[in-house]
Amino acid sequence: MSALPSKAKCVVIGAGIVGNSILYHLARLGWKDLVQIDKGPLPNPGGSTGHASNFIFPVDHSKEMTAITAESMKQYKERGTFTECGGIEVARTPERMQELARRITSAKSWGVEGAGLITPAEVKALVPYIEESVILGGYYQPTVGVVDSLRAGTLMREEAISMGSAETFANVEVIGIDVVDGRITAVRTDKGTIECDYAVIATGCWSPKLAAMAGASIPLTPAVHQMKDIGPVPFFADTKGDIEWPIIRDMDTNMYERQHGTGLEVGSYAHRPILYSAEDIPSNAVAALSPTEFAFTQADFDLQDEHSYELIPSIVGDENVREKYAINGILSLTPDGAPILGETPEVKGLWSAAAVWIKEGPGTGKAVAEWMVLGQSEIDLHASNIARFHDHQKSAFHVKQRCSEGFNKTYGIVHPNEQWSSNRNVRISPFYQQEAELGAVFYETAGWERPFWYESNSHLVSKYGEKVMPRTAEWESRWWSPIINAEHLQLRESAGIVDLSAFAIFDVTGPGALALVQKVAVRQMDVAIGRVVYTPILAQNGGFVSDLTIMRLAKHHFRVVTGGAHGMADKKWFSDQLPESGAAQIVDLTSAYTTIGLWGPKAREIAAACTTADMSNEGFKFSTCKVIEIGTLKVLASRISYVGDLGWEFYVSIEQGAQLWDHLWEAGKSHGLIPVGIGVYGTTGRLEKSYRAYGAELETEYNVVEAGMQSPKLKKEDFIGKAAHLQHREAKPVCMLVSLTVDDHTSKKSGEKRYMMGKEPILSAAGDPIVDAHGRRSYVTSAGSAPSLGKHILMSYLPTDLAVVGNKFLVEYLGEQYPCTVIEVGVTPLFDSTNERILS
Amino acid sequence: MNVLVCLKRIPLAGGTLILTPDAMDIETKYLGFGISPHEENAVEAGVQLVEQMGGTLTLLTLGPSDAEEQLRASLAVGATRAILLETDGQEWDPQGTAAALVDAINAEEINFDLIIFGAESADSAGYQIHIRVAHALARPIVTNVKAMRIENERVSCERVVPGGREYYEAPLPAIITVRDGLNIPRYPSVPGRMQARKKPIDIKKAQARIPKLVKLNLTVAPSKSTGAQILGTGIEAVPALVAVLKKIGAI
Repeated sequence: MSALPSKAKCVVIGAGIVGNSILYHLARLGWKDLVQIDKGPLPNPGGSTGHASNFIFPVDHSKEMTAITAESMKQYKERGTFTECGGIEVARTPERMQELARRITSAKSWGVEGAGLITPAEVKALVPYIEESVILGGYYQPTVGVVDSLRAGTLMREEAISMGSAETFANVEVIGIDVVDGRITAVRTDKGTIECDYAVIATGCWSPKLAAMAGASIPLTPAVHQMKDIGPVPFFADTKGDIEWPIIRDMDTNMYERQHGTGLEVGSYAHRPILYSAEDIPSNAVAALSPTEFAFTQADFDLQDEHSYELIPSIVGDENVREKYAINGILSLTPDGAPILGETPEVKGLWSAAAVWIKEGPGTGKAVAEWMVLGQSEIDLHASNIARFHDHQKSAFHVKQRCSEGFNKTYGIVHPNEQWSSNRNVRISPFYQQEAELGAVFYETAGWERPFWYESNSHLVSKYGEKVMPRTAEWESRWWSPIINAEHLQLRESAGIVDLSAFAIFDVTGPGALALVQKVAVRQMDVAIGRVVYTPILAQNGGFVSDLTIMRLAKHHFRVVTGGAHGMADKKWFSDQLPESGAAQIVDLTSAYTTIGLWGPKAREIAAACTTADMSNEGFKFSTCKVIEIGTLKVLASRISYVGDLGWEFYVSIEQGAQLWDHLWEAGKSHGLIPVGIGVYGTTGRLEKSYRAYGAELETEYNVVEAGMQSPKLKKEDFIGKAAHLQHREAKPVCMLVSLTVDDHTSKKSGEKRYMMGKEPILSAAGDPIVDAHGRRSYVTSAGSAPSLGKHILMSYLPTDLAVVGNKFLVEYLGEQYPCTVIEVGVTPLFDSTNERILS
Repeated sequence: MNVLVCLKRIPLAGGTLILTPDAMDIETKYLGFGISPHEENAVEAGVQLVEQMGGTLTLLTLGPSDAEEQLRASLAVGATRAILLETDGQEWDPQGTAAALVDAINAEEINFDLIIFGAESADSAGYQIHIRVAHALARPIVTNVKAMRIENERVSCERVVPGGREYYEAPLPAIITVRDGLNIPRYPSVPGRMQARKKPIDIKKAQARIPKLVKLNLTVAPSKSTGAQILGTGIEAVPALVAVLKKIGAI
């Protein structure tokens, strides 16, 4: 073996499935001088790859995870390291049966074939050793398989090496990462220092420790996943292979059972969360087994023994089938359950590829390598972007709290709007007290407690009666209230005050500020001072990176306002464009300013009652902002609207926020002002107005023209993604974003009216999936009530030739299909289509 | 036939040993716990005797409350009940340990026909407890037993000594210490685990005695290089591999 090089383009730290895959894909994409190191031996350096159960269920409710998994399966298959065996998720409860129907819905949305519900007898036919009386049915996925992740990783590593692009060194431990002026310069190891332009941390549960060496943060925690292998099982005596029988996931007990040779492996996510920190993981030398295989703690598995006995008594209950092997295996958990991928916001050139499961490894390697080499990945990774974390979310406390809460949800039925209960009240708006007194029901975004609706408005539900579109089915009533729709209708009648404190706000200043925002934004930013510009932000491929609002406050001063959830990623995107010269700066003012929205037909009267400033249509035009006085407060007022009514966003110093709230509230009393929650702001208001949301409609996988958001004229200045955007403008779009209404909500099974919640597949009238020329399936990007229209609205991309008003489709929801009709193609609002309410 | 097996909870080291900062104990934060291999033979012997002859198999240990884990694991392979003499987690000296075990045995209503120990504990290997217990109870003891049989109220034992074997017979009640080769310990089954959870464990506070033996400190023997020697890769490595296999007598 040659000596450790002193220089490299990129050091890949880690030789598990992720590191090996990144190494291969970086080489495939043309990078040379790659050096891979691992502190353990090869081919199993002792990380989580070495003890994983290695099976893959291809369907997740997350599109991103499903796509990454599909790509991973493809790569495992290409290397002959995938054995298809099928898999069954079994249900012990009616709630789970509904959840399995929802899984099949997700399978159709994301293009996974073969999913179907089966009866207990059909389950028994597939896995004769199961006790079918304890289950109500199952979801059978014939394409489930088991991979050899060590073999696949070894092959990938060898491919990278044989291309002449990479070298790999085992038993090399990182002892430091050097950073100069915010950029990585070298990886120091116990065998020497490697100067490098890039490094990737692909070290699983050790990642936080490595990141900390560079002053960066990878907020994950090592956690125990218990498994027990019992055997030999007489029923499996004649099995030849590693896996021949379908894998069983006993979802309601958070467990799985799979045949493994002549044994049965029983795994669990049901035990108490057992979390470690990266520093707790022993060295290879000290570890009794592998560093990530801790001694099995039987007491934590006692209940699981009983559950596996219930489901498979013929094997588990056999006194002669004995424990062969049992471990507390270490895997990585993150506070929101998503992987941690991308360039660290703290250190340029230092990348993370952590908290990745076996089923996602090769796909992640490809996507991260594309992101590094090409600037974006084919699969949109926004949910996994390491830049998503706010400061408090990087704290060990938050990580432990959320991972403890999330662990037992691994196989859980997690409602799309489900809220976390741990580590709440981290960020409190200045008018939290006023809101609480009004009976605010708080949801969390980016740590902020945001009212989703107010119980004080409950009387409006009877006022509007059937117009609130009451829901009777439990699933879509959960984490929802008819008060949301009542607030919506009242806002449209009088006015609403909305807490927007969760906005991320950052200022771009300096003589280079204009150049920076021009480079990032699609829209023209060289506008008059006091203009407010809503603009898409694009990746190089012309897909969406974000959409946000920029105010020009002075010649060299722009204020960027964006959603809290994605705010930190946006800040990194802008910061990445900062000039070397220092001619522009970015300052995060999220915690300096609070924002209150005031909208509705009475908004002008209310605002005018608080200030001597000219709030008239002529004196304060739409899409402009200016500083006004409200009492002693200097308030930046911005006349825009995301809810579709006349009004303003008011920005004020956070310590004066409560005063501003009180001023508006007092002035609004005689005008029927009500507090309005995010249920209106985020869903009902925008859907009526055909406003798109980042992360739902807007992703890097779709472009501006497909979203119907191209401006009539394009600015002459260059911007990121312009070349691709120009092509998109010239070509006929492959798909178009449309709004649909559901024609009949009645369930044939229950007779109840059912309301879709988003991510459901849009099917042809014959019930077939719809796929566009780029292979993208049509699915509901957003769904919600449009109370002013009395309709339930679905947004979806449709192939352009199908995107015609009046065209009829089906939407599948929890296993049933409902008719729906296209009512709008493009951005024309469904409500107040001429925008008269906003503009007058 | 009433059998008693005495156990000790010990850390299961697999890699390089490290010590606590005061060098008084093995650092166990990376380690699991179990019982000594010879004690596994003892438990298996007890289980087999009860299976063949009826009666009860009682387990006895002195240790921290966590030692319940080891008792449950042995209950899972067939023991009847267990007694835990709970300490505050400190290691006791052999005299104190033996005295506590003797007191517990004397306090039992059952008169144990046979008391089985492992030949030594895998962590401290003091070789003292069983002798002290036998002396205190005035019972015959046969150590290092590799085979045994019970007949006519007597235990026949086979010991391995350098250059040959020794055969002894002792009247019951007696004490024996056993080692590997006596039997093949069984692993627990899931039903065994489930039954073990319901089996009784008497937990008694063990009154600490003033130790007569004082531990000064531990040191870890310098590790011999365990660096693997790479014989080659692929087909070229075959001759070297064959040579090694021949050298160690495998072929």
